[in-house]
Amino acid sequence: MSGYLESQLIIFCLSTVYAYGVFLPAASGQLNLGAAGFVTLGAYASSWFNAQVGLNLPVAVSIPLSMAFTGAISFLISFPILRTRGVYMVLATFAFAEVVSGLAINMEFLGGAAGMPVEGYISVAVIVPVTFAVILFCFYLMSTRLGLAFRSIHDDESVATLFGVDVRTAKVAAFTLGGMLMGLGGALYGHQYNFIEAQTFNVLLSIYILLYVLLGGTQTAWGPIVGAAFFTIVPEAFRQLANAMDWKWLADSRFIFFGAFIVLMMVFRPEGVVTRTFIDRCKGVLTGRGRARPAGDAAP
Amino acid sequence: MDFLLLQQLINGLMLGGVYVMVAVAFTLIIGMLNFLNFTIPALFMFAAVLMWATMTGNLPFGNEALEALFGNANLWIAGIVVSLVVTALISLVVERFTYRYMKAKYGDATEHALPLVSSLGFLIIFEHTVISAWGSDPLQITSPFGNATFTIGKILFSWPQIISLGLSLGIVALLSYIIKSTRLGRALRSIAERPDTATLMGVEVLRIVPVVYVITGLLCAVSGILFTINYTTIDAYVGDTVATVAIAGMVLGGLGNVWGAIVGGLLVGVLEVLSIYIVGADFVKVPIWGLLLLTLVLRPTGLFGHSRIGKGKF
Repeated sequence: MSGYLESQLIIFCLSTVYAYGVFLPAASGQLNLGAAGFVTLGAYASSWFNAQVGLNLPVAVSIPLSMAFTGAISFLISFPILRTRGVYMVLATFAFAEVVSGLAINMEFLGGAAGMPVEGYISVAVIVPVTFAVILFCFYLMSTRLGLAFRSIHDDESVATLFGVDVRTAKVAAFTLGGMLMGLGGALYGHQYNFIEAQTFNVLLSIYILLYVLLGGTQTAWGPIVGAAFFTIVPEAFRQLANAMDWKWLADSRFIFFGAFIVLMMVFRPEGVVTRTFIDRCKGVLTGRGRARPAGDAAP
Repeated sequence: MDFLLLQQLINGLMLGGVYVMVAVAFTLIIGMLNFLNFTIPALFMFAAVLMWATMTGNLPFGNEALEALFGNANLWIAGIVVSLVVTALISLVVERFTYRYMKAKYGDATEHALPLVSSLGFLIIFEHTVISAWGSDPLQITSPFGNATFTIGKILFSWPQIISLGLSLGIVALLSYIIKSTRLGRALRSIAERPDTATLMGVEVLRIVPVVYVITGLLCAVSGILFTINYTTIDAYVGDTVATVAIAGMVLGGLGNVWGAIVGGLLVGVLEVLSIYIVGADFVKVPIWGLLLLTLVLRPTGLFGHSRIGKGKF
């Protein structure tokens, strides 16, 4: 595999892992705009557990340990954060990410603003299977009773409560598992690039991860992978096209088209690219049993 | 009191004046339409960059015409006019895509994350428009007012900053009067209460909402222009930096409350400058965002807000 393709594959895998971390809370109706904070936690925790000045553990131990650490933090903050709703929850997760990044910059033993070199290295041969495992886990999770609970809370929280779903437990579970996945993504990032600095995990990263999920669709577990693939492949495709045709204007302005696409997408397909009806239709076409369900999924 | 500390307090209040207007813009959209509008940082940045481009003759066209019309020395007036006009027009386009089409198609545009995501799309569009036109390096102007300062005792004041603080407080006071005492303000408050009922009561929602967008767009533009004049250096990401702090100020004051946004905006301005002065520039994020997180968890309504906003909506 060429170096270019490999680097793109790694970016795609990391984006997918982050996206599933935001997807789990989003599937149960909570918007998390603080992805960068959890990624920062995972990256710094794993690199510190792994470093000689830290705990000096092998990578195979430090990554799961950093997942546990990020999961524990997510679990603890999920209680105050889940007290908030809607706009307040977006703001609270956003503020959490800023606090984490502010603290990381000010901790001298983590390298401070200069960043932190990471010792242990993992290659693409580890990242791809791990990503695959994450995807399988999320598909499995969405097919269990807990996944059904997430879906019901996403669609209508009061009705879910009336039907005996333990809304609070399900939400805390979604938030904590999501935090763990983002921590895993951060740890993979650190050990792949061997250098982390808090400034890389900024507001724009949080925004992009949330966009992967919302554009891909929160109704099924296909959403994040489609969204992440789209966000990785389309700008690169634009760039390749610009290089091939020698269109300098396109190389400079590809993100403008991309932003315009996001806006139009919200007008024409607000539930994301992949919806439940879409999946049903695909199945119908594949098995030759015609249209499974009438249209009408677009309206909430 | 130590006069250096007093000087920092004054500087903080001046910086707060910029945050106040952005925070008020955020709070108006949240109060009326119940979503966090990420085009606000984009409009702030775009107005600031247009100001720079007009003053340094970097507009894609019309530089000579503006110079002939306003004269070389008064290009800053041309900059203000261009920024305000363009921002107002952009606000109308943004309104179409974040509110009107969604409402026409899905009944209630404020449900779900649709406007939030569209506004993030606009943020990407505008930042990359600026980057592809003028690059992502810092852009600088020379202040048209030179070094206009005066001192009271040992405290240094700069005229443009004093004027901007006064201007921003004046504009916000006017806005608050409009909301409280005019026919337009009554319509705005009824939409904030319940859009469907407002329609039934004869409020023309589809004509009022664009007005809200233009008002918030102009607020951002004015504060972007003042920021450019006062601090003379901007870049394509200046909107993100300013708006995130303004969001903190808005939440401290209470969502959907104009006077809360003023107090909150001034408070974060002072807090930012003081924490740079006392602990250093790297530490500045922790007090502001820690305070915000605490506010959200302990008293989500902020200092002056009311509790009905954000219930189950994005």
